[in-house]
Amino acid sequence: MAAAPFMFFLLATVSVVAAIGMLVARSPVYSALWLVLNLFCVAGLYLTMNATFIGVIQILVYAGAIMVLFLFVIMLLNLDALPQLEEIDWGMVAGFVLGVVVLSQLLYVIASGFDLPMEAMGASAETGSAESLGIALYTRYALHVEVAAVLLLAATVGAVMLAQKRFE
Amino acid sequence: MEYLLTAGFAFLVINAMLVSASVLVYAERRVSGFMQNRPGPNRVGPLGLLQPFADVLKFVLKEDVQPAAANTFIHSLAPVLMVVIAMSTASLIPFAEGVVVADLNVGVLMLLALTSVTVYGITLAGWSSNSKYSLLGGLRSAAQMVSYELSMGLAVISVVLVAGSLNLMEIVENQASGGALLGWNAVRNPIGCLIFIVTAFAETNRAPFDLPEAEQELVGGYHTEYSGMKFGMFFLAEYVNWFIAAFMIVTLFFGGYLIPFQPQLLALAPGLADSVLFPFLQFGSLMLKVSFFVFLFIWVRWTFPRFKYNQLMMIGWKYLLPISLANAILVALGVIFFQTYF
Repeated sequence: MAAAPFMFFLLATVSVVAAIGMLVARSPVYSALWLVLNLFCVAGLYLTMNATFIGVIQILVYAGAIMVLFLFVIMLLNLDALPQLEEIDWGMVAGFVLGVVVLSQLLYVIASGFDLPMEAMGASAETGSAESLGIALYTRYALHVEVAAVLLLAATVGAVMLAQKRFE
Repeated sequence: MEYLLTAGFAFLVINAMLVSASVLVYAERRVSGFMQNRPGPNRVGPLGLLQPFADVLKFVLKEDVQPAAANTFIHSLAPVLMVVIAMSTASLIPFAEGVVVADLNVGVLMLLALTSVTVYGITLAGWSSNSKYSLLGGLRSAAQMVSYELSMGLAVISVVLVAGSLNLMEIVENQASGGALLGWNAVRNPIGCLIFIVTAFAETNRAPFDLPEAEQELVGGYHTEYSGMKFGMFFLAEYVNWFIAAFMIVTLFFGGYLIPFQPQLLALAPGLADSVLFPFLQFGSLMLKVSFFVFLFIWVRWTFPRFKYNQLMMIGWKYLLPISLANAILVALGVIFFQTYF
């Protein structure tokens, strides 16, 4: 079991670095690639928590489909990289770091007020399987699934309406 | 100990894939020579058998040229990505009963996920070369793979519906009924099988769907600006992808490692199931079936002309997608109402 915390900290560190990289990168293609790395790390985190189905779906949907379309559009439009920053405003950087420190202290105080379990919930292989997820989605949360499906359908129809040619 | 065993087996599989790629190159060149009424490579070694090794040597010895305007890091990253993803797909193949590198309970989804991630290698290669031909080749392939992925996913879903499991090994075992020949998903779900084979051709960028590298229009497509071993890695990934596509067609639709008439065979020789010979027999039957589909890929390549781009998109979105949707619904209804037949 010694491998699990190690994997968590490795994946968590890489995903945070990738998220910062995505924000800081000047070229849109690099930005998209950082985001892909971040999504892979999050998928890895799901896998360490025994949620294999969600982990694989994360790669399949976000990294495999959505980000490919992002990259496709970025390359098709041939977006130029933003100009390099002339000089870094160190005052802003210092302000940002202090802001993060104050925010994390405040959040810590607020969070310690709640009675949150410090240990992760013990998720077994069964709870993360496709079977248990499917049973939960189509019995207890059936209405939510239907509502989400209708919303997505409406979005698709709307996109087709906006994209279609108008024939007089 | 268990980790070491898995690692050793994975090492074996990766090396087998590397060797098989060179065998495939030789097979393709010989078969295409035969189809075009010419000898093909027959000078290096007996019957030209050493030709692939000479090819590899040539790749290694050639100079690695990188365009001045290329994006250095991504230009080098793209071929590595291609090979890594192709090799990791090989870990999902069940070679015989219980013989698989990664026995995932979501194996089918992992297969789809890895296929969809392959696009990155191609698009990034196209973009980072900073050349019009490469970029167009990369964009074409991204559009093609995204379009055909949907139909492929739906064909896979129809298989999952019949088998009731996402585990590749269980999908194979599920096809054992009816003498392990009538139980094959190709018989139970013929439309899904046809769609999967067509989309497998498109996903591996093989003719007649090899638009990303249409020589007449795009020079070399996304790998125009690659040379030396980096080009060799694209070449390797392409052949490994092709080999794995054949494995997946067999695993999902043609009984995988099951020997034809396996139940009858086991009834005749009851001791066979426990003997050491049995996994080897299963592996042999798997390889025979896979060789047929490998041959089918070459056969199609030298028989059909390439599609035009608009035809490609029309086939993908207007024909394959509605057919595969209807097929998935039909199979679902069949599983509910005619369960005894499935």
